[in-house]
Order: sequence, then C-alpha cells, then structure tokens
Amino acid sequence: MTAQKDGKPALVSMRGIVKRFGTFTANDHVDLDIRAGEAHALLGENGAGKSTLVKILYGLLEPTGGRIELNGATVSLESPEAARAAGIGMVFQHFSLFENLTVAENIALVLPAGEKIESVAARIEGLTSRYGLKLEPDRPVWTLSAGERQRIEIARCLLQNPKLIILDEPTSVLTPQEADALFSTLNLLRVEGRAILYISHKLEEVRRLCERATVLRAGKVVATCNPREESVRSLAAMMVGTHLVDVRAKPNEAEGPARLSVDGLSLKSEDLHGVSLKDISFAVRGGEVFGIAGIAGNGQDELFSALSGERLARRAGDVHIDGISVGREGINLRRQYGAAFVPEERNGHASAPDFSLSENILLSRHATGEVTRGLSIDVTAAKSIARQIIDSFDVRMSGDDPAARTLSGGNLQKFLVGREVSRKPCVLVLNQPTWGVDAAAAADIRQRLIDLSRQGAAVLVISQDLDELFEIADRMAVIHQGEVSDARLTREVTREEIGLLMAGETARGEGVSHAH
Amino acid sequence: MRIELERRTAQSPVIEFLAPLLAIFAAVLIGGALLSAIGKSPQQAFLVYFVEPFSDAWSLQELAVKASPLILIASGLAFCYRANLWNIGAEGQFVIGGLVGGTIAVVTHGMDHALGGYWILPAMLIAGALAGMCYAMIPAFLRFKLGASEILTSLMLVYIAEITLDYFVRGRLRDPKGFNFPQSVPFEDIARLPFLAEGERLHAGILFALAAVFLASFVFRRTLFGFDVKLVGSAPKAARFAGFSEGRLTFAVFAISGAAAGLAGVCEVAGQIGQLQPVISPGYGFSAIIVAFLGRLQPWGILCAGLVLSLTIIGGENAQIAMKVPLDMSRVFQGTLLMCVLAMDVFTRYRLRLIWRRSA
Ligand SMILES: Nc1ncnc2c1ncn2[C@@H]1O[C@H](COP(=O)(O)OP(=O)(O)OP(=O)(O)O)[C@@H](O)[C@H]1O
Ligand SMILES: [Mg+2]
Repeated sequence: MTAQKDGKPALVSMRGIVKRFGTFTANDHVDLDIRAGEAHALLGENGAGKSTLVKILYGLLEPTGGRIELNGATVSLESPEAARAAGIGMVFQHFSLFENLTVAENIALVLPAGEKIESVAARIEGLTSRYGLKLEPDRPVWTLSAGERQRIEIARCLLQNPKLIILDEPTSVLTPQEADALFSTLNLLRVEGRAILYISHKLEEVRRLCERATVLRAGKVVATCNPREESVRSLAAMMVGTHLVDVRAKPNEAEGPARLSVDGLSLKSEDLHGVSLKDISFAVRGGEVFGIAGIAGNGQDELFSALSGERLARRAGDVHIDGISVGREGINLRRQYGAAFVPEERNGHASAPDFSLSENILLSRHATGEVTRGLSIDVTAAKSIARQIIDSFDVRMSGDDPAARTLSGGNLQKFLVGREVSRKPCVLVLNQPTWGVDAAAAADIRQRLIDLSRQGAAVLVISQDLDELFEIADRMAVIHQGEVSDARLTREVTREEIGLLMAGETARGEGVSHAH
Repeated sequence: MRIELERRTAQSPVIEFLAPLLAIFAAVLIGGALLSAIGKSPQQAFLVYFVEPFSDAWSLQELAVKASPLILIASGLAFCYRANLWNIGAEGQFVIGGLVGGTIAVVTHGMDHALGGYWILPAMLIAGALAGMCYAMIPAFLRFKLGASEILTSLMLVYIAEITLDYFVRGRLRDPKGFNFPQSVPFEDIARLPFLAEGERLHAGILFALAAVFLASFVFRRTLFGFDVKLVGSAPKAARFAGFSEGRLTFAVFAISGAAAGLAGVCEVAGQIGQLQPVISPGYGFSAIIVAFLGRLQPWGILCAGLVLSLTIIGGENAQIAMKVPLDMSRVFQGTLLMCVLAMDVFTRYRLRLIWRRSA
C-alpha cells in the first residue's frame, strides 16, 4: 500500500476519508499520499473540502470514516497535539492567534511548557535570519496586519520541526515579494526532506512550487497530476469540470462627476503601530473601477475605515459621497447616501461568525430600512435577501441558513460581496475583495464589480493582488506608508512602475531587491 | 499528569439543553455531601428543600413571590451579559430603587392626598426604576469615560447603596413613633402593591416579572436593539461595521438592567415588606446573577431558573427552622449551583482530556 511507483514510500497516506456534517458530505472517500520531500498541492473550488481534509489530518476534525497511515502504520490523530507529535504541522487559512499576547507569547503557546520567553525570542530571531520571516517578538498581535500574522503562524509551525507542513492558502495575504521569500523557505525545507501539503487558489504558484497535485471536486478526488505538465487553464478545468471564462472589461475612461472623493484626508493612527494617513486626495468617478495597490500594512485598513465611517475624519469635507460631505458621518448614514463597504477580514468584521447568514444580512442592510419595520427586524425579508444572494452568487454551503463560520472561506466572501453588490450601491469600497476565492469565483466577483461600475457606480478596490488590479481597474494609485500616489490610467502604467511605488520611491534601491 | 481543555468541534443542542439540569443535579449532590459533613441528614434536607415548598398553596405562592424579583432582575441582567458587560451590582440598584420609591411612600404618609392618592404607587414605581437606572449609569459612565472595570465598580456600589439605606432608615426616614426601631412608618394601603386575590400572599410584583420576560424575549428575537446586544457580545468589530455605537449600547444595557433591579426593589418594599428597613433584600441582586446564567440568558430559561433559585431560598429558610441548618448553607448552595452552571458551560464547549506524561 505504501510503496509507490517510483519507489519513494509515502510519508502520510489518507485512505477512504469521509467527513459528514449532518447530511452534508464534505469529504467523500478521499485517498491522498504524500511522500517525504515533495510539495503536494491540494486543489479545488471553494467548498470542495480542502480545508476539511487537512483539518482531519491535523487532528482538528474527527473523520466520519477512513484511516490515516504514517510511514505505513495506522495512526489516530485525535488532536492537534497528537498530530504535532507525529510530525505534522499546519499554517492556517484563518489565523488562530491571541490578540492581546505578543508575537513571542503566541509562538511560545505551541511550544512545550517551560520554555522561556527570551529563548523563544532568540529562536524567532533565528528563523528571521534563516528564512527571512520578518517578526518582531515583542509586538502584540492586535497591532499586526494580516501578512504579519501569517508569518507568526508559519514560525509557529516551523519551530515544531515538522516532517509534513500543511499550508492552507498561505499566500492569499502575502505580497509577491513575501510570497517569493516563502517559496524559497519552503524549498529549503523540502531539501531537508520535509513534505509540504499546499492549498492555494493561485494556480501559477502551484505550478511553480509543486510537483504533484490532487484535485478535489465536491469532496471527491477527481484527478491526480503533475501541475508542471498542466496549464493554469487545464488545472482550473479539472477543478470545476468546465472551462473558465475571462473577465470582460472594456477599458473605460469615465468622464462623469466624482461620486466618491477624498480631499486632503489626514488621520492619525489610533494605535502605536498603525499607519497614519497623510494628506490623501483622489476621486472615483461613476462608471469606473479605481484600484489602490499596496503592500499589506501601508494604511489600507486605516483608509478603509476612514472611507466607511467606522472612523470619522477630522473634517466633514475630507470625504464626499455624491458631493455630500460625509467625513463626520457614521457608516450607516454613508450607507443611506448609497455607499457600500466590504472590509478585508471576513470573519468577525464583515460578518459575525456565529450568526446565521440571514442575520448577517442585517449587519449592513438594517440602515437602509430593507430588513426592518420601525425598530423591529423583518426576518422574512432578511431571509429572502440572503436567499437571493446565495442563488445569484452561487454560494455553496450545508443547510438552509447556516452560521457564517461554517462556510468555506471563498463562499463566505462571495456571500459578503454579494450582500453589498446586490444593493446596487452608487459607491462601493472593497478591501482585498477576492482573497481566498477560487479562480472561477474570483473572476465572477470581478465581473460583477465591473458590471456595477458600468451601470454608473464608483467602485474602489483596495488590493495587493496586482494581477487583479491590472485586470479590472480603469485607473490606479498606490498606497505607501499612509500616502496615496497620483492616479494613473491602468493602460498607461507598467507593473514595474507600480511595483516601485509600492516599495516606496525613497527605498528605490533596496526596496525591490529580493529577500534572500 | 496534566488536564487540557479541547474545543469541541460541534455543539450538540441536546447537551446545551441538558447542561443546566445536569448542573442542578451536580449541585444537589455536592450540597448533600456538605450537609452530611455537618452531621445533617441529606435525605431529610432534600425533602425540606425541594418537596415541602410544593406541599401547599401558601408555599407555592411564596415560591412565586420570591421568584418575582429574581426573574425581573435577571431579565435585565441578560441584556448586559449578552453584550459581554458585567453588571454585578444589581443588588445595589435594587436597594436604591427600594429606598427612593419607599421614600415617596414615607413622605406622603398621613398627608391629605390629592386625587385620592392614586398617583402615589405609580410614582413610587417610576421613581424606583429611574433611581436604579441612574445608579447603574455610574459604572457604565466610569467604564465608558475612564475604562474602569464595571465588575469592580458595580460591585463596590452595592455596599454604598446598602449603607445609604441603613443611614436613612436610622435617620430621617425613621418612624418617629416607632420606639426608636430602625424602620420607617408602615406604608399606607394606597402605597402598597395590591394583592392578586383577597387574603392571599401573591402581590402584583409578579406581573412585572412576567412582563419583563415577555418584553426581553420580544426584544431579543425581534428588534434591532436585541440584535445589536447579541452582536456586540459576539463580534464587536462586526458591530462597529454594522454602525452600532458601543458607548450607546453600554449605557443602554446598564440602564435597562438598573431599571429592572430598581423596579424589583420598590416592588419588594411596596409589596412584600410594606415599609423601609435597614435590610430589604436577602441577596436577590446576587442570586439573580445565578438565575441569569442558569437560564442561559434566555428570558424563558430565566423564568424557570428564577423558580429554582426561589426554591433554594425558601428551602433554606425551612431547613433552618426544621433542621437547624444555618441559613448560610443556602448561600453556599447557591454558590455551588453557580459554579456548576459555569462548569457545565465549559464542558458543553470543551472536552476534558487527561494527558499522562507524554512528551509534546
Ligand atoms: N462545521 C461545519 N458545519 C457544517 N458544514 C461545514 C462545516 N465546516 C465546513 N462545512 C462545509 O463543508 C464544505 C467544505 O468546506 P471547506 O472549508 O473544506 O472548503 P474548502 O475547499 O477549504 O473551500 P475554500 O477554498 O473556500 O476555503 C463547505 O461547503 C462548508 O460549508
Ligand atoms: Mg478552505
């Protein structure tokens, strides 16, 4: 059973794994072999069951059926601790960090008890120099961006010295440079004989990193292949069973009046490690998609909350929606003026994880009176709106009106984008709209953003995915250390120019040189 | 050996429902063990505590009378606790409500009443509720403005309230013809809560408790405000995204719980006691915390839990008379019950694992 064709024995084998949630089958007799020293990709659409499968492997979920073999012997991985003891480490798609603890403390938590914080800090430094994982041991986690949090998860995993490292969408929050650094780290680890199980929706990456791939569709294995012998299109086709459609976007030079404009917005950061916004001005016209590129942690979150009204600007005139000064108005009034917002963090910010989908409709829809009657909630209306979004955005889930937390990452994102787009807003602001969304669904979301803009809305997309911005943005600017560069027409700029701006012009020399 | 808690992946609704019942069961076992430790018969105590109160109509009414303030207060507290705000000082708000409402009865005592005095009782009730509400605003304000822990401030304010009541009852509100006893004049009938039936025990206070349960249940299920309360407790950042103001919510839930406790306080002096005394509460405000949790912060659960706690109070009194069990024993039992409820809550969410020395 464990002897493979090319003679390499399997390090880990999953045999006939079945996982049911109620009547819903998330994994349906899955077989998976991972050999020592290989980078193995696990591919599939949103909701195909990838995260579920690796959670079983990491002892987080108990399989309904099937078994797991380690070096040929059947093992029971009934807890993450057992999995770690067996040499299996994992980097999560959703971070599981304690906000109020520091980086070092969070890392110490997964190490054997009795380790001194100072020695943990020293080990972190070691990782930083060896793998280019930039971490500041003393910073509390709540001050960190998504990219920095992810590095903690990676460090946590590496300090365990695992034989198999599972990464669930590790690059969705990384910049291209950070991703490059990660890949060289992973390659180093592979040379040391460790295996890597890699989940990603970025098929280019998969082709770069992995030599074997297992494709899941609706919980079943539908193919095993060498991704290097496949094209991105053929991989995507295996995942969905049909062919991928391109985003249709005629470049648009909207001439209309600005529907969202920012005039000299400066805002001091609320916390010590945040980024202050400095004299930001730009205007998004009706009919266009406006992109703001930038490396994570350069003020994107701060800009988003100033635009949404979760933080008020200093002057009313700092932000205008359709010509109305809203800088001092809260998020609900801005919604009433026709604006809509999609924050980056889908669990806990854009949605309440423990609430049902229809309850999550209330979050952004109660202000406009669609789901309320006076002070009371119109449950039927909320349910029917949720239903429409689920149908029109093809949100896959188990159950009728499940809790948001049970949706796969990509499906929840589709739902949350749908919640705002279906309002037909006149201004739509999104922060990293497609992270963790599979290729087909990402294309669908992007298409809808374009369609919305062509109907006259101003769409602002804050994203660190340059491919995405070059695909959909009509104009583009770059945010760096809280400053936003002048907007340029997308067809008149090159990736290199944008890349330089993202690295910061002052850091021109060292900023672009790759780590490692 | 080491003990670890491991998050359960799925929570079964059956266990959630059974948890409070199991908690009661565990508390009864522990209570029985304690009683036999002090040389009392657990069997007899069980009868006295849990069976006798059901034996006649009078005791049954007593049960409802004692449950009313508990249910009313706990319904208010549920708002705070759902929002993850910890008002521990309902006892103080209860006392202040009773004091302020009762003062109106004392001051108007023996006066020629305009409008036949029918305004007095409503005025007392409103004043009591308002007083409890204002008193609860103090910890809300301290938390909002200074970031002070509402747990500590609300708890400390209980002692201030109790001493204030004591001071007035021994001073300005004392009955001048009362042979120097520290108590006020007995309230006139017009300032008393009516009994539900002639010559019976049950007074109108229970109507407020029932109304509170209905109202809370409606607000939680149907209104945006109830949604907001739940959302802030569950995902504060999402609540901000939904445009709900945390400050406003803090004040609102403290106001509601304070008003409920204050109202319970006046009902107690205007219904049960009929005058002001140095002590007007056998610890209703604290027991109500247990009621709120035993009822899982659900209004209908609180209704049941209020009856259970009321049973332990009456049972404690009976046991003191019949078996010479110290009254503190029923406090101990209530504490045990709370511990069991909280422990059960942990077990519904986590699995307990014993790890015998094994390297990680
Ligand atoms: N705890 C749960 N209860 C009910 N259903 C669940 C639960 N966890 C996952 N599911 C369902 O199982 C399916 C597979 O989810 P999973 O998270 O494994 O998808 P995925 O392949 O990782 O998708 P994505 O690429 O979007 O992350 C989804 O349809 C999801 O709704
Ligand atoms: Mg996933």
